[in-house]
Amino acid sequence: MPMLGSSASTLPRPKPCLESYARSQAVKSNRRPNLSSKSAQSPPCSKIRDYPLAISTALYQGEPVAAIVAESPSLAEDAAELIQVEYESLEPVLDAEQALEDKSILHQEMGTNKVWNGVFEYGDVDKSFQEAAYVVHIDRLHFHRFSSTPLENNVVIAEWNPKDDHIYYSCNNSFPSFAIQFLAAHLTVHIDRIRVQTADIGGSFGIKITNYPQMAVCALASKKSGGRPIKWVETRSEHMTSSAHGNERTFRDTRVALDKDGVITAIASRHIDDCGAYPRYEPLGCVIWSQVFPGVYQFKNARIDFTQAVTNKCPVGPNRGYSRMQHLWFLERVVDICAHEIGIPADEMRLRNYIQPEEFPYTTPNGCVYDSGNYPKMLEIAKQLIGWDGWKKKQAELRKEGRLIGIGIGTTLDSGTNNFGQSQIVNPGAPFSGNSQGANCKLDIYGEVVVAVGSCPQGQGHETTAAQVVADVLSISPDLISVRTGFDTERNVHTGFSGTYASQFAVSGLSAVHGAAQKLKTEMKRLAAFVLETKEDDLEFSTGAQGPEVRANSTGKSINYWGLANIVNVNSAVLPPELHEITLNCRYIWRAPFKVPDKQKKYGNLTLTYASQLHIAVVEVDRETFIPKILDYVAVDDCGTVINPPIVEGQVYGATAHGIGAALLENCVYDAVGNMLTSTFSDYTPITALNMPTVRYGHIETPSPHSYSGAKGMGEGGAAPIHTISAALQDALFSNGIIIEDSFNNADTLFRAVVGREIYQADKLVKLDRRV
Amino acid sequence: MPETIERVPIKLKVNGKSRAVSVEPRTLLVELLREGLDLTGTHVGCDTTYCGACTVLMNGAAVKSCTIYAVQADDAEIVTVEGLEIDGQLHPIQKAFGESYGLQCGYCTPGLLLSTYQLLSSNKQPNDKEIRKAIAGNTCRCTGYQNIFKAIRLAAQNTKGT
Repeated sequence: MPMLGSSASTLPRPKPCLESYARSQAVKSNRRPNLSSKSAQSPPCSKIRDYPLAISTALYQGEPVAAIVAESPSLAEDAAELIQVEYESLEPVLDAEQALEDKSILHQEMGTNKVWNGVFEYGDVDKSFQEAAYVVHIDRLHFHRFSSTPLENNVVIAEWNPKDDHIYYSCNNSFPSFAIQFLAAHLTVHIDRIRVQTADIGGSFGIKITNYPQMAVCALASKKSGGRPIKWVETRSEHMTSSAHGNERTFRDTRVALDKDGVITAIASRHIDDCGAYPRYEPLGCVIWSQVFPGVYQFKNARIDFTQAVTNKCPVGPNRGYSRMQHLWFLERVVDICAHEIGIPADEMRLRNYIQPEEFPYTTPNGCVYDSGNYPKMLEIAKQLIGWDGWKKKQAELRKEGRLIGIGIGTTLDSGTNNFGQSQIVNPGAPFSGNSQGANCKLDIYGEVVVAVGSCPQGQGHETTAAQVVADVLSISPDLISVRTGFDTERNVHTGFSGTYASQFAVSGLSAVHGAAQKLKTEMKRLAAFVLETKEDDLEFSTGAQGPEVRANSTGKSINYWGLANIVNVNSAVLPPELHEITLNCRYIWRAPFKVPDKQKKYGNLTLTYASQLHIAVVEVDRETFIPKILDYVAVDDCGTVINPPIVEGQVYGATAHGIGAALLENCVYDAVGNMLTSTFSDYTPITALNMPTVRYGHIETPSPHSYSGAKGMGEGGAAPIHTISAALQDALFSNGIIIEDSFNNADTLFRAVVGREIYQADKLVKLDRRV
Repeated sequence: MPETIERVPIKLKVNGKSRAVSVEPRTLLVELLREGLDLTGTHVGCDTTYCGACTVLMNGAAVKSCTIYAVQADDAEIVTVEGLEIDGQLHPIQKAFGESYGLQCGYCTPGLLLSTYQLLSSNKQPNDKEIRKAIAGNTCRCTGYQNIFKAIRLAAQNTKGT
């Protein structure tokens, strides 16, 4: 199969002024599909022309400028080396705050680097500050840029059939129903003529949602080659420089009002989000964070001025904990800094500020409804698991020896099954609201139970849990159920929201499966009642000598699934007309009970379920090397009713590793002129078995009233370790006059803070205004 | 770019079967396995010897096949994940990974199985530190390693005496 290779820009923000394709054949579409979308993006960023290959200006290192089709990857690479591009280097803009000065504009057609701005204000902020016993000022906090880097890179095979303009994709995009909405419009192909199939995917964590530019290039290359299938296998360096990174965010001029007991009464702050060179899934992240507006805390008054800017860096995409983790990290930093300034222990500070168990369902200041939870109980369990009192005692002893030991708490939320109506808050014209998922449950011709879902799992156990749900409905063994997973537009079980993202399968996916199974059961009952000449309430679903069956209790007669399927599929003359509507092939679309949020007030329920996580870490900073080391780690999870305990535990461990990696090892670093310095795994250093601590796991269950099973989505994990490790490092270094200002910390940053006194200086970052 | 590309004949044994192939000198072992011999259980994750998704056994040693030229495997004996099965049954290490929920997306799993194979070949009862060290070159992005540690402990128990 011909392979696609690409030549990527090697300078930050280069401007190609000469393109010599020599003996290679470059893909250049006459139509030049522009992949920005008025549906997804609001003015002014909807004016941006986002081409899958840069046309005249490349905006970040790694941006594809040409594509080559060859018979093998090595030949494609040979050809790519022959492409000579002369770049005229422009001044790079690498910091979002600097970008907002608009001294150098990335997208001339937009006229500004500002993608979006809005103020989220609730309650009476000014009054709260007037009445406050304490006001804490925090000048700056910064959440770094990282990516959860799935081990399998992006892969696309595209085949554009010239006879009927039908495009076939086999790929690992993890939100295909979103991708085809972009692709159909911009390749000017009817959406019904794009077939997308995904198989087992080697991880995504959200990062594989935004590979539709490469999907467009592959399709165009196929078209140009007369319809041959074209395969593109991304290299790791391509992935690191040009797939997607998580959102970077800076928090400026934060003011926190507290009463005399240390209860937070108001927060005012300016948040600046960096979305990289092109807003692709953005500016959705400008509102997604507000799903967890107050985090796990009770404060009612807040004013957050939120702005997003473009910079000369890789575009961002949804990354495990998308847009909420940045905000939750910010709130946890605020809580710890305030606790320290006022002199309240970190655990006590949280207990005074948590939303209390009896307050659920809890409506947040911006109208979100937290379904259930018990944060004090989770803290209690986590403290027991870690041996809180023992560690506190040990910490005091070791501190006397000068050792830098910190104990940190991180409380976080994993909001799942989002209301796409929130997109209208950032783009009033967006034609999206609610959330839905499809499933199909049928008896095939020989009576096999077959389930299809519109998700594209990557090891989250969708096959296992979907089979469990259907087995429960039909009272049979899960082993008798075939689950067809992997996305396929031609299975006709997808909606525009189908895919695997945003912590929702346990709710949206399984609700759809449950609905489809119930529909099937209803039809089977009607049919069996007719065949067995009895009433429906006389029937029992069970497994007999001839496999799964429906039995009449009154007569003992039964019919197995083969018998039922036979009648409907190949023996239909025996059916009376009133039963002709029975198909035993039941499609069900589950819809979340959402309303469109109030766009002006930025108010409404943005998410259906709120799983919570509470982690505690004990961390030591080596006095000589400043290498931070985790001495002990506990993770407590609450995702409502647990459907499958090993799957939930596995997700918790995985999210914990991502968080610990992000906190201590994984950082997308750019130099002063925009070269990405972490473009290989050897530089980016994903967490390994050697630096992953043993995690002790605990859990509670507060069933959700918002899902049929009481379960909540929980795959993202809320990035609890990032908050927790920042808190532990803070605890270790407070006495050195240090404020943990950044979410990423390694030996270098801690050395520069403690010894160099270059960064993190408390006297410059934090000020306490004590009024009592 | 040369007008004609030189090819080098090599012989090797892969999963017990003798193979004679000719390869370009620059062909990596992983490319030969995946593209030339259709053994796609060996994966490519990083291209730079970090992640170990491409781990295979070469003459009994776990190696990263993305950093070995196919010509270096001339006369070598290679075992890939496809060669782990015994009489159509999963190898005890594979069973242990399944039973311990030691995988999620599964992309890293073939490499981890072979690193575990090498570990247990020389150390029947590895301690936790030895387990961590043995798979330090295998990156998993899904499991947080916890269940992989459990799987390797279970595999050690199940293969004791074999």
